Amino acid sequence: MKTRGGGILALILAIATLGLITIGTIWPNQSASANPDSRATLVSGDSSAQDAVNGLLQKIGRHDWSAAYSGLANKADFSEVEFASDLTGNYGSLRTYALLDGFDVHPLRASADEAQFRANMRWASVVGTFEDSRDLKVVRKGDHWQVAWPLMKEARVPPQVIPVNYLRWDVINRGPQDDWGTQDVEAPHVRIVAMHPVDRGGGVVILGELLNEDVVPAFVTVKAALLGANGSTLATEDSFDKISHLLLPKQVSPFRIDFRNVRLSQVDSVHIQPSASLVSASADPVIGIESQKLNPVPDSSLTGELLNQSGQVVNVAHVIGTFYDGNGQIVWVADTYPSRALLPQTPVPFSIALPADVSSKVASYHVMTTTYRSGHAQ
Amino acid sequence: MKLLVTAFWGLLSLLAPYGLAQTSAWHFPPTVQAGTAFSVLTSGSGPATLYVVGLGDALQRSVQLGQSIAFGSEDLRNAGHYVALLIAGTETQSAQFDVVASTQPAGLSFIAKPSRLPVNQVNGLSGVVYVLDAFRNLLVEPQRVTFELSDPSGATQSRVATTRNGVAWVKMNSATKAGASQFRASSGDTRVQRAVLNVPGEPCTVKMNSHGAGKRIVLETDPLRDCNGNAVPDGTIVTFTEVYGGQQTTVDVPLKRGVARTELLARSRAVISVASGVVVGNEIRVSGGQ
Repeated sequence: MKTRGGGILALILAIATLGLITIGTIWPNQSASANPDSRATLVSGDSSAQDAVNGLLQKIGRHDWSAAYSGLANKADFSEVEFASDLTGNYGSLRTYALLDGFDVHPLRASADEAQFRANMRWASVVGTFEDSRDLKVVRKGDHWQVAWPLMKEARVPPQVIPVNYLRWDVINRGPQDDWGTQDVEAPHVRIVAMHPVDRGGGVVILGELLNEDVVPAFVTVKAALLGANGSTLATEDSFDKISHLLLPKQVSPFRIDFRNVRLSQVDSVHIQPSASLVSASADPVIGIESQKLNPVPDSSLTGELLNQSGQVVNVAHVIGTFYDGNGQIVWVADTYPSRALLPQTPVPFSIALPADVSSKVASYHVMTTTYRSGHAQ
Repeated sequence: MKLLVTAFWGLLSLLAPYGLAQTSAWHFPPTVQAGTAFSVLTSGSGPATLYVVGLGDALQRSVQLGQSIAFGSEDLRNAGHYVALLIAGTETQSAQFDVVASTQPAGLSFIAKPSRLPVNQVNGLSGVVYVLDAFRNLLVEPQRVTFELSDPSGATQSRVATTRNGVAWVKMNSATKAGASQFRASSGDTRVQRAVLNVPGEPCTVKMNSHGAGKRIVLETDPLRDCNGNAVPDGTIVTFTEVYGGQQTTVDVPLKRGVARTELLARSRAVISVASGVVVGNEIRVSGGQ
């Protein structure tokens, strides 16, 4: 009796499994696929211009460069390597390690044999999301559509020799065998030269500037504690990446510390603690920040170009802007990371977004950069 | 070992009120100078075991009662309170005594802070000395300590301080000339030296010059010096700012070989300024693209 019951159960399970396999094959689940566009459907062909664009972007999202390249209308104009480099960048930049987090496609115009779309790709990187917008031309070839990719070739630096007087600080600390009274190297002296708390977005934001007043480089951090009327600590935070952690002698860095869910009216005092330690560092590369310009609303931002004046490739640059009102008081600190590497003597654009209400108050600003190279930070 | 000694001390503290420590028939000196040899005469006869326990020392020795027990100069080195127990069968004799530091300074722990400071700082440098004997015991009796600070120009400041509870301290001014100062502390025949680096202060002025190079303008500062005439060290950041038609360009340039140098595009009617830290320098106005 038991054997017969078990057989029936096995038969039911087998039928159910076969049924589910059939359903899954005929009506595949869209959400289970690796599809960065939440609004796109799985594309099995290129029977329409929209399908061709979606299909291409999905292949890019999967880093399937070969399949993406082979379907391009203008692949004769560039190689597959150049196509992949356009999207992932060279020289270990932010793009190299970014993943396509999503995309939106908007039709711009269409005719029977040609269409144009704007593709906004959102790339997720270790420092947040950056956008890459491309206008894609799609052409009909027979009964299917192909995308002509607007390749943005990265600048090539011509072979040359760039003389650099290299300047570097190395540190030798005291050893364990030294007497306890023996001096260690002195930590750098840093000073907070400005501080301004503001109530913003349902929280408190501490804005300020830190000066390295020493003759040696300093690795700096700033911590802040908000204290209530009875002296109790309401919240403690640090500046995280809204600061340049490495300060050369006499260099000033802005900092911004965000406290969420605390109102300025609750705060009686602010306790700020800067800390600095001595680190080995290099004075190079020098980065010029050119063509800085404030742009009004609706696209309120500070734009400009970074020019690497040295002969070294900078993999990642961090740009921090300090914005002041007419009285010289800091009204905002914001930052951005250009997604491409900084090649020697090659300008790279950047844009720091500004809140619209802040933009109208800004009378002057100061921009600084911190650069990272493989195995180095500056 | 420390744990064992601590446990032994604890045991003694517990047992002492209950009469384990008997009236001694031996004559232990109440105070012994660290590192001195001495002997203690015992009474009775037969073999016994001697235990001596202090915070930093513990020793066990087989002795003959009726003979004197000799302690060598290396036996008791650490200053502090000690307990001695002499156990013969069920009989126990005890004594307590203090080991004190010797009176002769033999070592100094010298802390000079900061080890790097700007020139011309009044009372900017502090020196703290702990006077120690040959066994690194703190000499709590007052001792004269002489502090001397020789600056890079050869001038010397001198101060004398007397220790209180083993510690003496002074404040000194930093030198007016940049470079390494020698900071010495001495007491008796003992002398310790530290190096203190006097570094230049803020630049007194920042002055830049310019000359054209095609469409670019080359900017270079004069050698930067502080208000005492010391050269500002290489690596100090100098910021060049060019403002033109609602835009600006900035470059943070480190001093190299005393000067900061950069190139900017020569834009018509641009104003170029220079600054280092909180010191603002001169301006250059570009006319007609040059």
